[in-house]
Amino acid sequence: MKDRLMDFDEALERYEPVLGFEVHVELGTRTKMFSAAPNPAHPDHHDAAPNTLIDPLSLGLPGSLPVVNDEAIRYSISLGLALGCEIAESSRFARKNYYYPDTPKNYQISQYDEPIAFEGSVEVQLADGRRIDIPIERAHMEEDAGKLTHVGGATGRIQGAEYSLVDYNRAGVPLVEIVTKPIVGAEHSAPEIAKAYVATIRDIVLSLGISEARMERGNLRCDANVSLRPRGQERFGTRTETKNVNSLRSVERAVRYEIQRQAAILAGGGTITQETRHWHEDTGTTSPGRPKSDADDYRYFPEPDLLPVEPTRELVEQLRAALPEQPAVRRRRLQSDWGFTDLELQDVVNAGLLDTIEATVAAGASPAAARKWWTGELARVANERGVDAASLVTPGHVAELQRLVDEGTLTDRLARQALEGVVAGEGSPSEVAAARGLQVVSDEGALVAAVDEALAAQPDVLAKIQDGKVQAAGAVIGAVMKAMRGQADAARVREIVLERAAQS
Amino acid sequence: MSDITREQVEHLAGLSRIALTDEEIESLTTELSAIVDAIAKVSEAVGDDVPATSHPVPLANVTRPDVEGATLSHAEAFAGAPSHDGERFRVSAILGEEQ
Repeated sequence: MKDRLMDFDEALERYEPVLGFEVHVELGTRTKMFSAAPNPAHPDHHDAAPNTLIDPLSLGLPGSLPVVNDEAIRYSISLGLALGCEIAESSRFARKNYYYPDTPKNYQISQYDEPIAFEGSVEVQLADGRRIDIPIERAHMEEDAGKLTHVGGATGRIQGAEYSLVDYNRAGVPLVEIVTKPIVGAEHSAPEIAKAYVATIRDIVLSLGISEARMERGNLRCDANVSLRPRGQERFGTRTETKNVNSLRSVERAVRYEIQRQAAILAGGGTITQETRHWHEDTGTTSPGRPKSDADDYRYFPEPDLLPVEPTRELVEQLRAALPEQPAVRRRRLQSDWGFTDLELQDVVNAGLLDTIEATVAAGASPAAARKWWTGELARVANERGVDAASLVTPGHVAELQRLVDEGTLTDRLARQALEGVVAGEGSPSEVAAARGLQVVSDEGALVAAVDEALAAQPDVLAKIQDGKVQAAGAVIGAVMKAMRGQADAARVREIVLERAAQS
Repeated sequence: MSDITREQVEHLAGLSRIALTDEEIESLTTELSAIVDAIAKVSEAVGDDVPATSHPVPLANVTRPDVEGATLSHAEAFAGAPSHDGERFRVSAILGEEQ
């Protein structure tokens, strides 16, 4: 069934969106949260065959008991601190009870009333430079579930499946679930804020080195809660929770879709069903999943097989001191150091070139030149080839290229040709310039001869220049540059043209 | 007596995937009330000065280092499984959604 959608702007005119996010981060520890089985979220085990990273606990076999992974605790505390959270003096695990074959114990070990981290805030920056604080309610530790494959039926989806196959490699992978408070005031930026928030969490996780944070692999998963309330109403509307949103772009699209879908229902006098919805990347739509019901009676209770986790203040302070510079703070510092506008910096960040440009500046290029090459010529070539710009040449190459331009050895145009040679693997910029004979013609005699020839060929232009219409010189400069095959300094040619015109 | 109702017993049985007869529901409603009452006696025995705990052992921070241990072979893993395809456990088609 196709949902009716209201125009986005009209929806925002009539209703105020309220957002909330639950982001699950798989930690890349060597072993699982509560057992010594290898962790498929660790780079060494990405390609493990099904059910090879399992031990008795992963299968919930009788008699197996959980023991907490101390590295996972440290990662969780670091993440909590990076989210600006308080770290609990005492934290405990709880059982979340439900029957589903991806969870063989029939409960998931999670945290309920005493999470490891709580009350934080994350700053996200939007494309127009606005900075918004996203309030964090909690970040708690839990274990991932196994993976089900539905077999049979027309679509391979749950409905119509004849049976399901279960791989328990993922069962027990350490997770941190980050839960925001309701986010109000997002307005038209709601979809962009959603995307920026998840991107910021990804950046933080990557900077901490606690997860590969690959959304397509499920290292980072986002559930997006969206509700609408009529303008002027205090009480929140009924929310839906959209799952399976596995790329930054999808997060943005899913939030936009839910706003438009819910607005159409409310405007038509309908009510929103509180339910889980599934995002479909192919059609860009959501479809209803399970309504919230009795099945959500998870009967949480304290996990009797585990003792409380009471991080010492020494450990917390030690981890706080080891935190890397926050991605947002680093960006601000670099922007100020480099003198980039918000838009220029955003371009660089969106292209994933921040590290590359930093390295290019360190290699001696000016920030402006580094940005020009990477987001210009190199980004264009990378885009054509469908590769990362950073894979084409090294920051050192770009710095050297710019030095050749600054020294007057190469013009911008020659530099682009030299860069082409570097990309083609012909060597460093100097080597390519030498091999291809790329060099600015600095022989004054040759330049003067070329200018005289061009002026003689265009007497009308000469007359105009002599008449004081200096801008007419462009035609002559163009002819000279062409004759020199671009290997002349255009500024110097211009000077000569004006000199010779005045003398003749 | 605590007020465990028949509806609560039916609800719990549903959540626990336990099929109960009418007689069983009847007797469990009475028995569960008695059990809950018995456990509630604990709260009569402790005063406000005794903090609530989730564990009888005065210990915290029992952890293990992040070092890989033994894994099960497929033969071991599937030994107790009603059905499998050699690599994965096979279960009945699931109606409902992943959590």
